[in-house]
Amino acid sequence: MIAMLLAGGQGSRLGVLTARVAKPAVAFGGKYRIIDFPLSNCINSGIDTVGVLTQYQPLKLNTHIGIGIPWDLDRNIGGVTVLPPYEKSRNSEWYTGTANAIYQNLNYMEMYNPEYVLILSGDHIYKMDYEVMLDYHKANNADITIAAMPVPMEEAHRFGILVTDDRNQITQFEEKPANPSSNLASMGIYIFNWKVLKEALIALSDEPGCDFGKHVIPYCFGGGKRIFAYEYNGYWKDVGTLTSYWEANMELIDIIPVFNLYEEYWKIYTKSDILPPQYISADSMIERSIIGEGTSVYGSVYNSVIGSGVTIGKGAVVSNSIIMQDVVIGEGSVIEKAIIADKTEIGANVRMGVGEFAPSKLDPKVYNADLVTVGEESFIPDGVTIGKNTAISGVTEKDDYPDGNLASGEYVIKAGGVQ
Amino acid sequence: MRAIGIILAGGNNKKMGVLSQKRAISALPMAGSYRAIDFSLSNMTNSQVKKVAVITQYNSLSLNEHLSSSKWWNFGRKQGGLFVFTPSITPTNANWYRGTADSIYQNIKFLKDSHEPYVVIASGDGIYKLDYGDVLEYHIAKKADITMVCKRLPESEDLCRFGLVKLSDDNRVVDIDEKPMVATSNIVNCGVYVIRRRLLIELLEQCADEERYDFVRDVLVRYKNVKKIYAYPLTTYWGNISSIPAYYKTNMDFLDARVRDYFFHQYPDVYSKVDDNPPAKYNPGSHVRNSLVSSGCIINGTIENSILFKQAYIGNNCVIRNSIILNDVYIGDNTVIENCIVESHDTIKANMTYVGSPDNIRVVVEKNIRYDF
Repeated sequence: MIAMLLAGGQGSRLGVLTARVAKPAVAFGGKYRIIDFPLSNCINSGIDTVGVLTQYQPLKLNTHIGIGIPWDLDRNIGGVTVLPPYEKSRNSEWYTGTANAIYQNLNYMEMYNPEYVLILSGDHIYKMDYEVMLDYHKANNADITIAAMPVPMEEAHRFGILVTDDRNQITQFEEKPANPSSNLASMGIYIFNWKVLKEALIALSDEPGCDFGKHVIPYCFGGGKRIFAYEYNGYWKDVGTLTSYWEANMELIDIIPVFNLYEEYWKIYTKSDILPPQYISADSMIERSIIGEGTSVYGSVYNSVIGSGVTIGKGAVVSNSIIMQDVVIGEGSVIEKAIIADKTEIGANVRMGVGEFAPSKLDPKVYNADLVTVGEESFIPDGVTIGKNTAISGVTEKDDYPDGNLASGEYVIKAGGVQ
Repeated sequence: MRAIGIILAGGNNKKMGVLSQKRAISALPMAGSYRAIDFSLSNMTNSQVKKVAVITQYNSLSLNEHLSSSKWWNFGRKQGGLFVFTPSITPTNANWYRGTADSIYQNIKFLKDSHEPYVVIASGDGIYKLDYGDVLEYHIAKKADITMVCKRLPESEDLCRFGLVKLSDDNRVVDIDEKPMVATSNIVNCGVYVIRRRLLIELLEQCADEERYDFVRDVLVRYKNVKKIYAYPLTTYWGNISSIPAYYKTNMDFLDARVRDYFFHQYPDVYSKVDDNPPAKYNPGSHVRNSLVSSGCIINGTIENSILFKQAYIGNNCVIRNSIILNDVYIGDNTVIENCIVESHDTIKANMTYVGSPDNIRVVVEKNIRYDF
């Protein structure tokens, strides 16, 4: 079995966090990136051939994956291959949909001529043994197996819903139904018999925006293929929105988290080049937090997830926040309920997350919680005050903050950072 | 770089006591995330030395484990790379390495098969950053036969643990006292040498013919008047781990902001094997002050002026002060540890007290009973 990992999506509901990186490359849990979870699942499940399909802002993703050394995916045969869209002699196009992306890489799969193909998406946090799912697939003599988990009935309309018989064979398939007839939601993880997948992709090659949930599964279902649901009841989290992203991070700091990174079994691997231990100064206070390698803490940290190589200045207080890699937080700054992306520098005595909630003037669909969101490589000058539900990106100056203040619901999006 | 590298990591040191029971000196954990040999290995790779041999003998398993892949130090190359030489039986030799010179001599094929004109020999237990290229330039400028890196230490150090050298005005080595009873100088030999490859082969073959085996005693000391041996003065940090107090002090030096900044934040980096541990976790009740904490630690208690190596678990209400907790140690609730070095993989029960003193650091070795059920 080979795996095809869809990692080309923007993840637009993560707002400024994905302004310059694809969602799978967004940092998670202190030292990881979201794609580390499916990639580690692959190698832990014994899958050593993985094609990673990239499209949106792939630079960070490409450098992160490299030749796959952190996941032991640097192989003579197989290993990890990054698959970007490419020009063809005719019909050159971007990846227009999940299934279209796979279709454009038929040659890659053909090269390995596998019996089974595992389709994964690069934006979920979970640990799963795909080999167990494959055994299930084989035992059912299935053509397609879809991993599915029960979701609360009131949320079922957001998912692809599977209706099954008592042997878990799928009898009905509803994509984001208004009135769902089941609460078994597709997790976007599929095992296909290679021949079935190939036939379907070729048959649907002219379908615009060809998508697994919308087109391929209904097509196969209509063609009388044996499709089974593989019910999964472990931890699985879609981190597609700022709130769910924040919550999933915060779950890691529980005393015994449901999603436990500290188990020796089923390790999560990542590319980490910062090795030094973290330093905690004599005036620091840290509680209920996880902190990455090479970080120096001179202030206080409560209920937070801090990445690698971060510096938290003297007298600074960080609480209920997610701080990604190589961020610098100036002395005396008070950070409350913020998500601060890689390499951002925050001046001294900045107050973040003050005041009352106000609806976002930038995009209420994306920004609808108390969170302050700061994009990567941003700069925030000394002494400013920033309200709730705000978004900041780029190198900002004092003038961007009227009276040194960014009110709740406001935003500052500047050019700069990586240019 | 016109040199190959040899790292001498074969010896034991009785002064390290129980800490060298299960590992080679060069495999001793250092500064939270590293092992001692990482410093000289990183110096080699950062000095663009492309081909390095590590010579090991005593408890070589620990070192072999650490060096299982050369890629972490950028030695996973087709040209050059990392070679680990343990003693082997050949038709002409059935001996262990009988000394430093002998250990290189037994691998003289490595020297003969190379084409680089110079050799950098380094000991595997020095904690320092040094561009060996600078030493080589100095060596060439001085028209030296052998250049040895030396460090001037304060008189207050216990100098008799070291090889002490006396220098002429232009840094030529005029006398070498190996671990004398009374200190004769405060300039110590750091165990890093640059020498022309052909000269080294010649000297080693001569030694072997005369059944002499030690590089310092049988080469440096005997040849000091006929060969030009120069000292390269090392002016930056040099830490050593030649005794338990020195090991404790060198680790604790990393709590000093200057030392930490020099090694962790200034170019070039020190490399080590990547372990894939999760970030460190601070639970309610944790209180950490002036300490280094490594990846994979879970902390529920109080830590002051200490170094936690990887994957330490600290129970509720524990108090750890002025101590070094090596890798993968489990410490039960309410335990007090002061001025101790806790050996790796120890299981420390709840409600225990281990107290050493600043002048007499206690080494705690307990059985790993976590999995005995």
